[in-house]
Amino acid sequence: MTSPLIEAQDLRVDLDGRNVLHGVSLAVAPGEIITIVGPNGSGKSSLLRALVGAIPPARGKVVRTPGLRIGYVPQKLSIDPTLPLTVNRFLSLPHRIPPARAAEALEQAGATGLGARQMTQLSGGQFQRVLLARALLGTPQVLMLDEATQGLDQPGAAAFYHRIEEIRRTLGCAIVMVSHDLHVVMAASDRVVCVNGHVCCEGTPEIVASAPEYQALFGTGTKGTLALYRHEHSHHHHHDHPHDHAHDHVPAAAEKTH
Amino acid sequence: MLDDFLVRAALAGLGVAVAAAPLGVFVVWRRMSYFGEATAHAAVLGVALALGFSLPMMPAILIVALVMARLVSQLAGRGHAMDTLLGVAAHSSLAAGLVAVALLPEVRLDPMGYLFGDILAVTRGDLAVIWGGAALVLALVCWRWQALLTATLSPDLAYASGLDPRREDLILTLSLAIVVAVAIKVVGVLLIGAMLVIPAAAARPLVRTPEAMALGAGLVGAVAALGGLGGAFVLDTPTGPTIVCAAALIFAVTLTLSRLRRG
Repeated sequence: MTSPLIEAQDLRVDLDGRNVLHGVSLAVAPGEIITIVGPNGSGKSSLLRALVGAIPPARGKVVRTPGLRIGYVPQKLSIDPTLPLTVNRFLSLPHRIPPARAAEALEQAGATGLGARQMTQLSGGQFQRVLLARALLGTPQVLMLDEATQGLDQPGAAAFYHRIEEIRRTLGCAIVMVSHDLHVVMAASDRVVCVNGHVCCEGTPEIVASAPEYQALFGTGTKGTLALYRHEHSHHHHHDHPHDHAHDHVPAAAEKTH
Repeated sequence: MLDDFLVRAALAGLGVAVAAAPLGVFVVWRRMSYFGEATAHAAVLGVALALGFSLPMMPAILIVALVMARLVSQLAGRGHAMDTLLGVAAHSSLAAGLVAVALLPEVRLDPMGYLFGDILAVTRGDLAVIWGGAALVLALVCWRWQALLTATLSPDLAYASGLDPRREDLILTLSLAIVVAVAIKVVGVLLIGAMLVIPAAAARPLVRTPEAMALGAGLVGAVAALGGLGGAFVLDTPTGPTIVCAAALIFAVTLTLSRLRRG
């Protein structure tokens, strides 16, 4: 077994003196897709930020492989309108990159041709893809996404996650995402970690979806969609075609909305 | 050439423009204009300390400004209401400084010189301090430019890139204290904040990158310093306020231009 890229050991996180997470142990192996789910205020974003290194642990520790390259897509990034910033200039932070490299990353993230635009003039979806492009620049070993599909409609979110799977295939990086789009995300995950102040349950999407802890938090509302998803999944039954899964999934997701 | 007080005044004004520009853009982007005010106002306390204990003026101002800037940013980091806190700090430090100066028995000091600056009385020694300080601020900000920008966008992004945004905050705090010490003689404590914010704001509508905005702010500051100096000479008005008025005029012009261009 390969050693983990990042490992949280008995992690406790406090924010403004308030405990938000305790007793969390989690290891991220190379190449795996982990989704962290949990209700609002469950500490799932804090867990991601602690893994990134943005919050110091109150207890326990976070061990990162030395020299680990992290690509981080934050939950939100508000750019003050007084800050003039083109997409290309944004991609050159904190390390300057040649224009060709920027164009390549934009293409990879599905934001081709946006390089000369001002960051503040991008739509929500374009902004997310530019954030993703920036995260991809350092050829990350692990990509961390915090509610990356916020503000996207469900087909948009599905397309985004499809892109993430494609990136995992081409770069071979591990992916850790926080999300509330349970059904769409879980379809794409190797492992789901359900968090509510601590790790309630974890495992494959199927295992977590049927776990009583998970159902206590989210009810059985998503069960129908998941059943549908599992149905689709078993029909295809080859894991190397996440593209089809993502597309198959869109109608299911749309049905769920009413 | 340096014997002429007008030449010295012009050089001093240019020095302040150069020192204020690279910091002023961050003050605007990070919405910390009141932070600059609080630090500048605390400088009067530094003046009082220097006079009261016969300390050299510049180091005293620098240290008090540094302590004030550190204190305010620390308190803000602990979740106090930033706006209120800065209001309290800015005004009470100014008041305390003025009271302290008045209480000094053997000093007959007109505080107006420190409140509004006295650019026409700039000495060669002052010039050395101003340009030395400007060079230091320029060097600091250029050295940390990429990291400062990243931390300004988002501390989390900085952490993820292996940077420590708290260190970048410290660089800004230090630069701010230097600018205050440098600018006090030229525009005075009451208007230092204006020299930070107005040139940067005036450059904003004309530029598309952060670097262009910093350069533009330097240019606007320089034009305002020279124009204000000339204006004060012609109109026989106080120099510091005239420089700030010139900067405000440029701001109004660039703002109008950008509105017209956008239609």
